[in-house]
Amino acid sequence: MTPRFEPIIGRYLHLELSGRPQRLYVEEAGQGIPLVCLHTAGADARQFRHLLNDEAITQHYRVIAFDMPWHGKSLPPEGFEREEYRLTTAAYTGMVIDLCEAMALEKPVVMGCSIGGRVVLNLAAEHGPRFRALIGLESADYQQPWYDTEWLHRPDVHGGEVCAALVSGMMAPQSPAASRHETLWMYKSAGPGVFKGDLYFYRVDGDLRDVVAKIDTSKCPLYLLTGEYDFSCTPEDTLRTASRISGAEVTIMKQLGHFPMSENPAQFRRYIIPVLERIRSRG
Amino acid sequence: MTQPAASAQSAAGQVLAAFEELPRLAVADLDLVRRGRFLTCDFEIGVGSTPLAVAIAAGRVASVTRGPFLLKPLAFSVRAEPDVWQRFLEPMPAPGFYDLLGMSKVGRARIEGNLVPLMGNLQYIKDLIALPRTLDRSKAHS
Repeated sequence: MTPRFEPIIGRYLHLELSGRPQRLYVEEAGQGIPLVCLHTAGADARQFRHLLNDEAITQHYRVIAFDMPWHGKSLPPEGFEREEYRLTTAAYTGMVIDLCEAMALEKPVVMGCSIGGRVVLNLAAEHGPRFRALIGLESADYQQPWYDTEWLHRPDVHGGEVCAALVSGMMAPQSPAASRHETLWMYKSAGPGVFKGDLYFYRVDGDLRDVVAKIDTSKCPLYLLTGEYDFSCTPEDTLRTASRISGAEVTIMKQLGHFPMSENPAQFRRYIIPVLERIRSRG
Repeated sequence: MTQPAASAQSAAGQVLAAFEELPRLAVADLDLVRRGRFLTCDFEIGVGSTPLAVAIAAGRVASVTRGPFLLKPLAFSVRAEPDVWQRFLEPMPAPGFYDLLGMSKVGRARIEGNLVPLMGNLQYIKDLIALPRTLDRSKAHS
């Protein structure tokens, strides 16, 4: 095997989020329209490594993926040891806005998956005109809970193992084993209680059923793509959400689940590249 | 006997026979046994009205016993109707039939009992009950 570097550049961005200094790990590759990628709950930006390495995308897009505070190579804020981490709608929405401003991104596209797909809906409702387009992967305004999140962080059950085992069946059986297990590795290696803290936004604070009707897709196009094997955010959840948003475009993706960009990158690019082409051609 | 009842009986018989292969299937999967090495417990796989007691000993399946049972101390149970298990055990299950927790979410499966040994060994248990997917389909799920 010939040694090689990928074109991805990783840097640390210091900025204030919700009044607290943070050090965020940010990766990027490519030039053109900024495309900010938001990872799923309890994971990190490694989920987007295939997009960051896809020349068909990076020749037109500056792809940016960052680890949220507490995730991946971004540290928790000072004093974290005395608090329970809980992501809120306001903090998450503000984080994306503040990051885009800190990086001076002009009319970026934001694409988020799962919790990232949920916050994209709030960005569309509250800040639509700031964005060139918004893309929600595995995105819905609300989803029926399917387990007690107390299992995610307790001393008698290994947190990393149980987080990974809970989400493992949300990927399509057709997805390559290596990609599925790479996706699960991020869950196995996340900090204690982080997945649970992210799900506070997903389960408790981020019910957007009364918010999505405010979305104006004439000011910011909205694309929603959901995998047929996702039983957490089901195709029905996404279709129901889209039915309340005039102009939202939905794609149900075959042979994909809750982690399309990392569980089966080859299958996902068949769906996402046409969407990115459409966004680019709209000007 | 009506045709649907005969069909249901046939589905139950096939699924029970498939799960009764677990001792043989598990011992052939060294990695699965390694991952389950801290688990020793008895749990139930319910196939319609028929319970199967699955005895796990340090990751190996010591036995699978067909019920009914009286007051048998089984730590937890995973139950579904035979036709649901049949679809779950297909080599490439359809959306909605691939994952035990996904089936539980929509009421196709029920998970009850002391969940600590289940959640502490969740991937192991999920992989274990999916092992019959590797059986010859003409024998197990025709």
